[in-house]
Amino acid sequence: MDTLVSKYANSASSASFDDADNLGQNMVGWDAASQFALPAFDIPMVANPVDFLRAHTDASAENRIRIQHGTTTLAFKFQGGIVVAVDSRASGGSYIASQTVKKVIEINPYLLGTMAGGAADCQYWERELGRRCRLYELRNKERISVAAASKILSNMVYDYKGMGLSMGTMITGWDKTGPQLFYVDSDGTRMRGERFSVGSGSTFAYGVLDTGYDFNLSVPDALELGRRAIYHATHRDAYSGGSVNVFHVKETGWVFHGNFDVNDLHWEYQAQPKGPIV
Amino acid sequence: MAGSYDRALTVFSPDGHLFQVDYALEAVRKGSCAVGVRGADVVVLGVEKKSVLKLQDERTVKKICMLDEHVCLAFAGLSADARVLINKARIECQSHRLTVEDSVSIEYITRYIAGVQQKYTQSGGVRPFGISTLIMGFDSDKVPKLYQTDPSGVYSAWKANSIGRSSKTVREFLEKNYKEDMNKAESIKLAIRSLLEVVQTGAKNIEIAIMGSDSIVQRLELAEIEAVVAEIEAENEKEKEKSKPSASQ
Repeated sequence: MDTLVSKYANSASSASFDDADNLGQNMVGWDAASQFALPAFDIPMVANPVDFLRAHTDASAENRIRIQHGTTTLAFKFQGGIVVAVDSRASGGSYIASQTVKKVIEINPYLLGTMAGGAADCQYWERELGRRCRLYELRNKERISVAAASKILSNMVYDYKGMGLSMGTMITGWDKTGPQLFYVDSDGTRMRGERFSVGSGSTFAYGVLDTGYDFNLSVPDALELGRRAIYHATHRDAYSGGSVNVFHVKETGWVFHGNFDVNDLHWEYQAQPKGPIV
Repeated sequence: MAGSYDRALTVFSPDGHLFQVDYALEAVRKGSCAVGVRGADVVVLGVEKKSVLKLQDERTVKKICMLDEHVCLAFAGLSADARVLINKARIECQSHRLTVEDSVSIEYITRYIAGVQQKYTQSGGVRPFGISTLIMGFDSDKVPKLYQTDPSGVYSAWKANSIGRSSKTVREFLEKNYKEDMNKAESIKLAIRSLLEVVQTGAKNIEIAIMGSDSIVQRLELAEIEAVVAEIEAENEKEKEKSKPSASQ
C-alpha cells in the first residue's frame, strides 16, 4: 500500500533498484518489474485508504456500506484436463440483480478466469490480466504460462490489499507444463491446486464434488459432476442460482459446454433414482 | 566535422550520427577480443585473456560471467561498465523468476540488456555503456542461442560472431570457416582457431566456456585448451607442408 502512496508523492518512478534508473520517466514496461506493475489509478484522496474503508464498513459504523457477494464457482483437474462450472446469479443483498451473469471470463483461447465476489472487481482485473497476457505474448512470441498469469493478477491486487477489493477467482488453463489451476483472491492468496470451489455456495458444491470426484472420470462424467455440484449449491444457497455454465479446458484450449437452467436441472435430477452414497 | 555535435549524447549530428554512441563503439574496439560459436547442440564462448600481472590474483579477473544458471555472457570494452550492466542483468533474471515463476529466455535477457544500453543513449547527463556483449545459453526448447548487443542498444542473433580487438578479422575468419551443425569438438576448435588469429601468445591467454543442452557451463582447463591448440598447430604445419611445392618434379 505504501508503494501506491509513494508513487503519488514523488514522480512516477517504478520499482527500480538504482537511483540512476530514474532516467526518462516514460521508460515503463520493458523490464519484469515495471512490465507487470500496476496501472496508474486515482485513489481516494484520504490519508489512509485502508482505515477509511474499515471505518465505513465495520459492523459498528453508522450507516455502514454493505459489500455483498454471493456465487458458486468450481474447477477441478482430472485425466481429461480441467472442468470449470459456475452459476450465474448476481445479488445485491436480498435483491437478485441478474440471473444471467457470465462468471467465467475468457482471458484468451487457452486461459479461463472465474468470478466470485465483487462482480466489478473480478471483471475489471481479469480484463486487465487479459491485456497483460496479450502484451506478454507479443513481446515474448510465446503464450504466457498459467503460473505467470495468476501471479500477475495476484501481484496486481495485492497492492490494493485492505482497500475493499473483493475477488475470489480461479485462473486455469493448459500450458507447456500441462493443465494448471490456481486460486487467487483479493487478500493476496495464490495457491496451485487440483480442486477448488469458491463463493458463498462453495461448501455445498464441495460436498457433491468431493463425493463424486475421481481422477479417471470420463469427460462427459466430469462435466456432469461439475454441473451437479453447482446445481446443489444453487438449490441450498440463496445467493447462487440462475443457470450453470460449464467449460472444459483441453490441451488445444477451452471449450464451452453449454448453459443449463437450474430449474430444469432440478426436475431432471428429481426424476432420477438416487444411488447409494457409500 | 564532429565539432559541437559530439559533446552531448542527446543531440543528433546533421548527418544522423549520435557521436557518443559511435565513440562508445570505438571503446569496444579497444577491448580484448571475445568470440562466440553456435554448434548443433552446443554454444562456445571464448575470450582473449590479458596476461595476468605478477602480483594479481587471477581468479578475480573473469571475463565470462554467469547471468543465471543457464545464461552466460562475455563482453568487450570497459570492464567497469560491464560490471554494472551484468549486475543489472542478474537482478533482472531473478526479478523475472519472481514475477513469472520461470527462468528468463536468452532472447528476453538480451532484449533487457539491449534495452538498458539503449536507455543510456537517450537520457541526459549519462554516457552510453562502452561494451558489446555476447550472450549464450539454452532455453527450455533445447535449441542453442547466441546473441550480441552493442552500445547503441541493437541486438541480434548470430551463428558465430566476435567483438573487441580485431573483431573484423576474426569475423571474416569465422565466415570462411563456419560450418552448419558442428559438434562440440568442432565448435571448440573453431572458437580457439579464431581467437588464435588475434592472440599471439597461445593457450594461456585464452579462456573458453561451453554450454550444452543440459544448460550446464563447462570452463575448459588450461591443459585442455593447450591440447586443442597443439592439434591446431599440427594441422597448420600439415597445411604448410602440402602447399609447399614438391621437391622433386
